[in-house]
Amino acid sequence: MLMLSALISGIGLGSMYGLMALGFHVTYAVSGTVNFAQGSSMMLGAVLTYTFVQTLGWPVVPAIALALVICAAYGLLVEALAVRPFVRRGSDAWLMATVAMGIVLDNLVMFAFGKEPRSLHSPLAHTPLEIGGLGLGVYPLQLVIPLVGLCLAAGLHLLSRRTRWGTAMLAVVQNREAARLMGIPAQRVVAGAFALSAVLAGIAGALIAPLVNVHADMGTVFGLKAFAVAILGGISSAWGVLFAGLLFGLAEALIAATLGSGYTQIISFSLVIVALALRPDGLFGRAQVRKV
Amino acid sequence: MFSKNKINRLIVCIALSCFAIPGARAAEAIKIGLVTALSGQSALAGEAITRGLTVAIDEINASGGLLGGRKIELVRRDDEANPTKGVTAARELIYKEKVAVLFGGLDTPVSVAIVRLANQEKVPFMGPWAAGTAITQNGASPNFAFRVSAVDELVDKGMLAYAQKTFKASKPGMILVNNAWGESNEKGLSAALAAKGIQSAGSEKFEANDVDVVPQLTRLKLAGADVLLLVGNVGPAAQVVKSLDRMGWKVPVVSHWGPAGGRFSELAGPSAKRVHFVQTYSFFGKQSAVGERVVRELKAKYPDIKGVDDITPAVGVANAYDAMHLAALAISKAGSLDGDAVRQGFYRIDRYEGLIKTYVKPFSPEVHDALSENDYVWAYFNDNRILPVAGGN
Repeated sequence: MLMLSALISGIGLGSMYGLMALGFHVTYAVSGTVNFAQGSSMMLGAVLTYTFVQTLGWPVVPAIALALVICAAYGLLVEALAVRPFVRRGSDAWLMATVAMGIVLDNLVMFAFGKEPRSLHSPLAHTPLEIGGLGLGVYPLQLVIPLVGLCLAAGLHLLSRRTRWGTAMLAVVQNREAARLMGIPAQRVVAGAFALSAVLAGIAGALIAPLVNVHADMGTVFGLKAFAVAILGGISSAWGVLFAGLLFGLAEALIAATLGSGYTQIISFSLVIVALALRPDGLFGRAQVRKV
Repeated sequence: MFSKNKINRLIVCIALSCFAIPGARAAEAIKIGLVTALSGQSALAGEAITRGLTVAIDEINASGGLLGGRKIELVRRDDEANPTKGVTAARELIYKEKVAVLFGGLDTPVSVAIVRLANQEKVPFMGPWAAGTAITQNGASPNFAFRVSAVDELVDKGMLAYAQKTFKASKPGMILVNNAWGESNEKGLSAALAAKGIQSAGSEKFEANDVDVVPQLTRLKLAGADVLLLVGNVGPAAQVVKSLDRMGWKVPVVSHWGPAGGRFSELAGPSAKRVHFVQTYSFFGKQSAVGERVVRELKAKYPDIKGVDDITPAVGVANAYDAMHLAALAISKAGSLDGDAVRQGFYRIDRYEGLIKTYVKPFSPEVHDALSENDYVWAYFNDNRILPVAGGN
């Protein structure tokens, strides 16, 4: 029972890491840059969902929808203020600028939302699952998270293969200059990728909010782990980062179940180092080939 | 260049100011320093300590001040729950502001760091909250650290005694946050268990940001734990209660005072009331004359306090109130602001009718903690109110 509950919990947590890591993948694939404020985008999704549902009493669907629209706007802002100006000048300072944007957001939310952690109530995280008289120690929401993750990954796959926007995105990925010459608004595609990335993190935040305490600095550790997952999976591979997310979540849950949670970070991050030493481009990534 | 008239006026001014200086010195305020978290997640605790100190200072000033009419003035600095920032702030208060007594805040690591400086600079330190045993039992001689609060070592003994008395615990399990505070209490609880010859069901650690504590709790359940002894701040403690709910395990939980630091019932849900935790004071129930007066003064001074529910966290207010009065008595006994004289002044306090209790000879060279396990009360959350458990003394 302990292992079954750890497996379900690990898959739920891993899907969340996977969703956030997918955000890193989307922007990296399109622009070669990432939003290091991804943890803050996740926090924004959680805090806004809490505010709309719990404080203002809105129904869940419009509450989450508006929270995600605001997350998208934040993603656009990060791209416009912290990425584009530096990339234009050929500078790598966007690395620090996106971190700074995240810190600014965390502190703004702390002022607006308050310093105390809060709790979002959800019917999916109220009564634990009972299967065959066994108390599994998991809420239905922990099963919903991986399902949503899988659906979103499939949706993203379809979006990139079957829609004009997706084709444009793939064209920008392959050759930005050529895409621009073909009339594809490359800059808008990059901005759209940042918005999508923040939305994916926002979804992760809204999903995890009923299981954790909602507060302004809740995204920091999640963001860091999601980046580790993105690198582990091979940041250029969408399915790779999702799978790495699941792997990381499962590893954490199984280590906590067998050795105690004091060891989870030591062992899981050590495993990441070992995996990268063996496969420097990530478990599913391919080495970049530059043709001259 | 200067007219004779101007020079005469200047001489008169200098002469007047010379006469004025002794008078100004007599009225110079006695500064009391406070280094605590005033921002971040522990800001509420810093505000509670401030309020307790302020009400006590207002009372002392209204009754004529100290050392022949000198008023007391509170000087606060934010440590952001960071020991380095705490020591920097303490240095400023000692060297620049020349505080007579330095008060600490919520965090044991910050207080431990400041106490080293206080002992070195011979400035009395008063702890109104942080419960780490090493704050007052710091090995220094002479020791300038005093406290009016719970002490981890005593709380651990108290938690075990309460678990045995109230829940007939025979095999308690420990569930502790994975930091210095959890570690300090693990030692205290293990010693308390060993002293009573009780076998524990095990000791499990959890991270402050763990989403799921089910694995650790399941191990304790499988080991036969009949009561859980919990140490963790409000957020992590709530995660433990949520995980217990998920497992459907209705085991009694006896806790250190972490849950009292915030919105525990909102975070942990309806099962929050199953957690019994230690407090040094409760403003609910029948109050002493001092209690009624303090509530009245708090309501008058702070418009957001409408009733006793709003005096929160109560321990911060109550401990700080009594600690300030005891520090004032020590200064009076010393007859000066000399650090060593004030330190010895604490030992010469005979009796003080305070909010938490009537203190009789509260301090001696061997005892620097004014409260003992007999002064603790046990409480639980009912909605957002911290209520004393009936018979929980």
